[in-house]
Parts: sequence; structure tokens; C-alpha cells
Amino acid sequence: MEHYLSLFVKAVFIENMALAFFLGMCTLLAVSKKLETAMGLGVAVIVVQTLTIPANNLIYQHVLKAGALSWLGFGDLDLTFIGLICYIGVIAAIVQILEMILDRYFPKLYTALGIFLPLITVNCAILGGSLFMVERDYNFGESVVFGLGSGFGWALAIVLLAGIREKMKYSDVPDGLKGLGITFMIVGLMSLAFMSFSGIRL
Amino acid sequence: MSTPREVLLDPLFQKNPIALQILGICSALAVTSKLETVTVMALAVTVVTAFSSFSVSLIRRQTPGSIRIIVQMTIIATLVIIVDQFLKAYAFSISKQLSVFVGLIITNCIVLGRAEAFAMKNPPGLSFLDGIGNGLGYSLVLFIVGFFRELFGAGKLFGITLLKLVGDGGWYVPNGLLPLPPSAFFLIGLIIWALRSWKPNQVEKEG
Repeated sequence: MEHYLSLFVKAVFIENMALAFFLGMCTLLAVSKKLETAMGLGVAVIVVQTLTIPANNLIYQHVLKAGALSWLGFGDLDLTFIGLICYIGVIAAIVQILEMILDRYFPKLYTALGIFLPLITVNCAILGGSLFMVERDYNFGESVVFGLGSGFGWALAIVLLAGIREKMKYSDVPDGLKGLGITFMIVGLMSLAFMSFSGIRL
Repeated sequence: MSTPREVLLDPLFQKNPIALQILGICSALAVTSKLETVTVMALAVTVVTAFSSFSVSLIRRQTPGSIRIIVQMTIIATLVIIVDQFLKAYAFSISKQLSVFVGLIITNCIVLGRAEAFAMKNPPGLSFLDGIGNGLGYSLVLFIVGFFRELFGAGKLFGITLLKLVGDGGWYVPNGLLPLPPSAFFLIGLIIWALRSWKPNQVEKEG
């Protein structure tokens, strides 16, 4: 239990997807103008991340990993090289299925998240999460916790950034820095702040 | 219709993918602490963008609109796998340092963005040039950031010591912030500032 808790805290704060690894930056910068939309996207990322990382974990551990198919008679078959195409396929499929389920059973949530779901397929935080899971060789339980934690960390980052940017309209920014430039500076400062979490261990 | 020259050179300053189009930022920040990794990453992205734009453009008339994203993703993922395997075979230590970021070229918005915005509407030759151009625009920003981070953060360029560090008996006190990831944000922010002061038509109306 302690191990999982520590993994969760690590995924949210210390190895924050957005602020420590810079994953999902494009979306983070583009969709953080309003707090409300940022929250919608944040929730969508948490859900997708929690589903895709364990799904990819199962595929990796039971199909792609060297020796995983030995029960079929392929002793040391190593399929990890086609991993990338499998993971992105799984992510695209899960996003699509999620979209259909939400549309059918939770129309309200669907209209709230609607436009963001397709965007998530190309959010590098999602694919990055799966690749980190493979690189660190998590087992199934760990991958669930890591998925939840990394999704939550990313959502936290975008909501914080959107909050700050909403206040930015009261400030007088030099012309050349307006928009993208100053946003980079803000994210840089946030990333510095998050670095103070490093070294925390439960 | 733009000329091949414009297609190739515009992405460098006029329409830089990172500074203006907000594309491909993720990897731009993460791999720039050393020029060595920057070179490999820049090459990989340029190659993938050029060839994916080329292939997407080749089959643009045969691709039904509703499944075009999947088709593009498959093409891009295949190219990235080739690049990834190539790096693992011939530059293993660098491939280890880049870790997941080679795989993440798949979701690098530059590649998909150019395939979607340019290659779907233009002939293969021009799309190939557009891919190279955007790859170069991306590489340019990466090199500037990498140059400052490695030179002033570690006193080295491409791993060769230029400014001898105090710790090794030299005179240069390194800037401890630069090897850390957040410095990349500040540097890119400053680059954008400089670029927009030079070309004021890129300034955004509201903050």
C-alpha cells in the first residue's frame, strides 16, 4: 500500500507530466486561456490516462515483452519494436470508445468534454505515460496508480496555469511577450516551484 | 500558391513552428540540455516530418476524410519506429538519453499538424519541402536553446569543455539554473520576445 501511495505522490508532484517532463505542452499552452475549459480537459485527461496506461500495460506484459508469448511456442519472441504503433492504436481506440459511451449514457458530460476528447489522442502526455510505464516496467497494479497519478498531475498543472492566465489580463505585458511569450515564462516559474517537491518521499 | 523557396524558408522565421504556431513544444524543452541530443532529435524530427508529409501527400486523393487521422498516425508511427530502431542500432547511448522522446515524435504536433494543414492540400514534392522547412525551423529553436543551456550551464559545447569550471580548477562558475528543465521555458520565452520585436506583425493582440 505504502509503495502505491508513494508512486502516486511521485507521479503527481515530483514527476509531474507537464512541469517536469514537459509532456502535453502544446495542449497545455493552447487550451489554458479559460479556467472552465481547462478543468474539462483536465478531467478528460485523468480518465483517458487511467484507462490507457493499464490497457497498454496488459498488452506490453502479455504480448509484446520478450518471452511473453512462450506459451504459444514462441520462446524468446521480442515484439517490443512494434510497441509504438500498438500503444497509439490502443489510445486512439479507447478515446473513440469513450466518446461513444459518453455520448450514449452521459450526454451532459459528453457535451462538456466533447471537443477535447479527440484532441487527447495527440496529447503527448498520454502516449508519454504509456512509454514511461514500459520503460520502468511497471506491473499492472503500479500502472493503474501511475495512470491515475500522472493524469491528475497534468490536470493540476493546466488548472493552475489557467487560473494564473485569467488574472494576467490585469497586467501590462510588453508587446513582444504578449500571449505565447509570457505564458512560457509563467510555466517556467511554475515548473521551478514544482521542483521544490523533489526529494519528497513517503 | 507559394513558391518552393517560400515553402522551404518561411518556417525558419516568418512562421516558425515553435514560436508562432505553438507546435512541437514538448520535446523542444526536454532534450535541450545538451547539443548532442539536440542534433539527434532535430535530425529525427526533420526526417520524420519530411517523409510523413511526402507520404500523406502521395495518398491524399485516396484517403477518405473520416479516417484520415488514423491513416496519418499509422504512417507517422511507422516512420518513427524506423528512426527509433535506427538510433538503437547505431547510436545506442544517445537513444538511451532521449528515452521516451523519440517515441513521442509520433505525437509531436509538428508532424501531424503539417500533414493535416499542408500535405493534405499540396503535391508531394512541395509537401516534402514543407516538412524539411518546418523541421529546420524546429531545429533552429532547439539549437539556440541547447547552445545557451550547454555553454553557460556546463561550460561545454558538444561535450568539449570551452569554459573551464571552477570545480575542475578553472575560472567559470556555471549557472546552476540552466541545466535544469525550467530554464528552457525562459529561453524560449525570450526567443519569442526577440523574434516578435524583430517582426512586429507576429505580436498577439491580447494577452
